Amino acid sequence: MDELLRRELQIHACHIRMGIIEGVYHAKSGHPGGSLSIADLMTYLYFTRMHVYPDNPDFAERDRFVLSKGHTAPALYATLAERGFFSMDEMKSLRHIGAMLQGHPCITIPGVDMSSGSLGQGISAACGMALAGKHRSDNYHVYTVLGDGEIEEGQVWEAAMFAAHYGLDNLTAIVDNNGLQIDGKITEVCSPEPITDKFAAFGWHVIEMDAHDFDDIDRAFREAERVTGQPVAIIQRSVKGKGVSFMENQVGWHGTAPNAEQYEKAMAELRAELEKLEAES
Amino acid sequence: MSDVIKKATRESYGEALVALAEKYENLVVLDADLAAATKTGMFKKAYADRFYDCGIAEANMMGVAAGLAAAGMVPFASSFAMFAAGRAFEIVRNSIGYPHLNVKIGATHAGISVGEDGATHQCCEDIALMRTIPGMTVINPADDTEAKAAVAAAIELDGPVYCRFGRLAVPVINDPETYHFEIGKGVTLREGSDVTVVATGLMVNEALIAADTLAAEGISVRVINIHTIKPLDKELIVKAAKETGSIVTAEEHSIIGGLGSAVAEAVCEACPVPVRRIGVNDTFGHSGPAVDLLKQFGLSAEHIAEVVREAVKAK
Repeated sequence: MDELLRRELQIHACHIRMGIIEGVYHAKSGHPGGSLSIADLMTYLYFTRMHVYPDNPDFAERDRFVLSKGHTAPALYATLAERGFFSMDEMKSLRHIGAMLQGHPCITIPGVDMSSGSLGQGISAACGMALAGKHRSDNYHVYTVLGDGEIEEGQVWEAAMFAAHYGLDNLTAIVDNNGLQIDGKITEVCSPEPITDKFAAFGWHVIEMDAHDFDDIDRAFREAERVTGQPVAIIQRSVKGKGVSFMENQVGWHGTAPNAEQYEKAMAELRAELEKLEAES
Repeated sequence: MSDVIKKATRESYGEALVALAEKYENLVVLDADLAAATKTGMFKKAYADRFYDCGIAEANMMGVAAGLAAAGMVPFASSFAMFAAGRAFEIVRNSIGYPHLNVKIGATHAGISVGEDGATHQCCEDIALMRTIPGMTVINPADDTEAKAAVAAAIELDGPVYCRFGRLAVPVINDPETYHFEIGKGVTLREGSDVTVVATGLMVNEALIAADTLAAEGISVRVINIHTIKPLDKELIVKAAKETGSIVTAEEHSIIGGLGSAVAEAVCEACPVPVRRIGVNDTFGHSGPAVDLLKQFGLSAEHIAEVVREAVKAK
């Protein structure tokens, strides 16, 4: 990847991480861990891949995105704000009464293509959107992001069967494999492993990638776009809480908001990272 | 009675989909491996490229329907009521109801008249489940004419609609030439002053038979067909409560949460008069011929007549 683009993406990702922390802190609740683990992916999708139109969010030919792991809405909202769908200031009223930004994605928010949050359901909706695209020979692409804990839901595998059966090659599902869910390690709670083999067995083209290396993300999506006749699953190896040192790989940060001290510490780390990136560019 | 035409409303559903396909090019049909039974097989035969079988996976089917609707299609998602409303409830609630997507649910084999398949397939809870979802329209047609009109009206409505159909052939009581169907508007089929029977689905015909029997006994029974349980025609029901002073509801559904509950809620709030509910009395069904089961569970003109007599006596 071009060095300039990589730096640009890293800066966007840093802004998005700051937006996530702002949102969860001001909400005094929410899910920072799994939001931070998909921040780089969201940056890559919304700033290099997806044809979206902040001034015309419902444009019929746009690419679609469904956050199947809807509890990480802060990552989606901060990304949409960074992309220009609404002001980043909205993050400060996340989850507040009367606010636009609901605790989980809501279809009425500009740029949000599907309400989600009850796990296992977003991927089915994404299948429906992809099927509509195939049915009408539209050219849009549909992306959906699932949690690795989420794929314990049986509906995910109904959808996986469906997508392969109808050859939905306009659908890419990314599984955020950070290895942790609320009750602990996914391998200890009720293991969904081997994830890669499962999607392959269901008829998907499967690609593994490093979730925090834009060059590797780019490699994975370039491979994905060449696949025809079957849906693509990208298993991204990620770090829960990525970018905030004390949140990384800590299951306790799945669904906990930082207190004032932790908020300051997290923001200081992200500001330092941002300054470093800006100095380099 | 030999000239009475009988038809199952599931047949009407399949025929209506085929009839409307040409006019509505965004109409697509989904099924979960029950096309032969839900009668969407007729549509599949006529419009194979607009029919998508989802296999035995109703949860995903409802989510796929949501995605299709979000992308501008008008999907009819079809299965038995037990699975459409029961198994997939939470998907219907969160993926269709909450985003208020334009999905039509065609739920066949509702109620006790499923017959021999028994309790696991006799869904008497679907109306209760569906009407708790904000913005969901719930329609339970009485016959072939009304079922076809309901499907046509459901397409014209922008938003989620639950249409309930039956397996058993039932008499056609509405004249297709003159019948006017409007979502949310009840139909007064018989004027009467002593008591009102508010019925839905196949119980509408039973209510008419009961009214004839009772007329011969000198009891004047008003009969109202409530095909749309949500939004409920409260105005018509409250007017009947005021004018007749007593209400009997009749439905092929649990007495908990369905038409009887909806009517009682409306009457309680606006004009409290006694409401007697006829339906499945908080019990599971069992195997048997549909017609015998309906009689056994009190879903008959005879039972309606009995309850009406009690209601009049108690006035």
